Amino acid sequence: MRLSDTQVVDTFAEAFPMWGARIVITAQSPAWAHEAARSMTGFATSVIGCKCEAGIERELDPAETPDGRPGVSALLFASDREGVAKRLVERIGQTVLTCPTTACFNGLEAPETVNVGGQLRFFGDGYQASKVLDERRYWRVPVMEGEFLVEERFAVAEGVAGGNIIVLGRDVAGALRATEAAAAAMRSVRDVILPFPGGIARSGSKVGSRYSGLAASTNEALCPTLRAQVPHTDVPAEVGSVFEIVIDGLTFEAVRDAMARGLEAAAGAGASHVTAGNYGGNLGPHHIELRGLVPGLRDE
Amino acid sequence: MPLTLTLREPPAVPLETEGLAPDRLASLRRSEIEALTVWHGNERAQLADFFAVSGDGDEELLVEGDVRRVKFLGAGMTTGRLTVARDAGMHTGADMRGGELVVEGDVGDFAGTGMRGGRLVVHGSAGHQLGGAHPGERAGMRGGEILVHGDVGDQVGAGLRRGLIAVAGRAGDGAGLRMLAGTIVALGRFGAAAGADMRRGTIVAMSDVTLLPTFTYACSYRPPFLSLYLRHLRALGLPLTDEQIEGRYARWAGDGLELRRGEILIYEGNE
Repeated sequence: MRLSDTQVVDTFAEAFPMWGARIVITAQSPAWAHEAARSMTGFATSVIGCKCEAGIERELDPAETPDGRPGVSALLFASDREGVAKRLVERIGQTVLTCPTTACFNGLEAPETVNVGGQLRFFGDGYQASKVLDERRYWRVPVMEGEFLVEERFAVAEGVAGGNIIVLGRDVAGALRATEAAAAAMRSVRDVILPFPGGIARSGSKVGSRYSGLAASTNEALCPTLRAQVPHTDVPAEVGSVFEIVIDGLTFEAVRDAMARGLEAAAGAGASHVTAGNYGGNLGPHHIELRGLVPGLRDE
Repeated sequence: MPLTLTLREPPAVPLETEGLAPDRLASLRRSEIEALTVWHGNERAQLADFFAVSGDGDEELLVEGDVRRVKFLGAGMTTGRLTVARDAGMHTGADMRGGELVVEGDVGDFAGTGMRGGRLVVHGSAGHQLGGAHPGERAGMRGGEILVHGDVGDQVGAGLRRGLIAVAGRAGDGAGLRMLAGTIVALGRFGAAAGADMRRGTIVAMSDVTLLPTFTYACSYRPPFLSLYLRHLRALGLPLTDEQIEGRYARWAGDGLELRRGEILIYEGNE
């Protein structure tokens, strides 16, 4: 298939269910809200090595936040509800509670909730106090700066993780330029995050390894430097560099929408090829076909 | 037209109408409503002896006429909306658990006593012991919200356990007396002995307060939780300014004769 001058492989992205939460961080200034959000979503690229995947969803206008201050919303995903709860307690406790002027709120409406602020309150060592407003409980934890405010319960919902597109280009500069354009377009979609640095992974992986104990290893079929060595390669002769964008979202539709915008932007920015990663369709229940993803995609 | 109860003429002695609430009346036929028991002093009577019943509706109840001597309007209501078109009597909204009760005029003493949920809105002023405790009980209001656009009498929120009481005008003496938790906000002045014997909870004063000597100054700061509360109250119609919402407050901890876990926050401006 072709989209403009870009060849699009007729394949699909294979995605998996994961549980997600939305965290709203507010602070005295946008800079401090971003500082806390970056810290909270750091080292959360892949559930394999980081126990969760997290990223900044978007900046929030003061009118959109519970306390009327500048804010940032972030999404965090883990394999199950309990995993989300543990990671939220760890990460909010270590990165938001500690960050100057921040407060932290649940940003998702869903029937299931996990206890977060109700755990973090113990930092107050008995001096903590709670407030209930509109049937939501908030904990006021005294800290040296003043007071850290955190909502007791955070909603969790089953989302979709592992949506992806893979962008190929003639060299690193060209492939990265096209992938950056794709990532920028995807960031305009609500309810999704791109958990890798800058939204982009240069080291897409396959399941397993020749070394026991490694759950994932390099995807040699998409490594340009190995094109002459491996039994099977997916790297065309004219391609010198490959990048992947992984998308986690609260809904299937949001992930699909992000993939569509990314595909269109990558093609517009000169990607030579775009494909998607899957495991043969046997592992993940969510299959997002590149065919039909955007108008203008035509068979060669 | 909502289900409407119109008092024909003010009763000679107080009329007790416990359970006159939209959720209770919604399931009753007109004849059953008219036959509901009310107490006129110590005499049993029927609702229809005093009220004309008209309209219908599941969720909304309107009470018209001079009901200043009618007690327990909306007591124990759980859902729906009850509007009292003029002043309401004592114990209005006592033991409310949900729904919204709106009094267009003033309300008598003991309104919202023992309240556990829902919202009581008084467009006029309220009497003494608003959101207080039933006689013999330690805890008063245990949840819900009370908004008063005028003034309130003495001992507002006495024994308050949980919930929010907000007053646009002045609060009388002994506000938050023996309160256990919860929040009281007044935009006007507080009378004497605010927070006396309070264990926990928050009293927010937008004007100067004469504090008891058993309260101790902690610091001046911008309480993060307070902006949530004040924004919420402004959305409900209380005339709060941006300066008050974002402002600095002096924190006084007390009552030192109790746990000293309570606080009185006094607005200092927004410098």
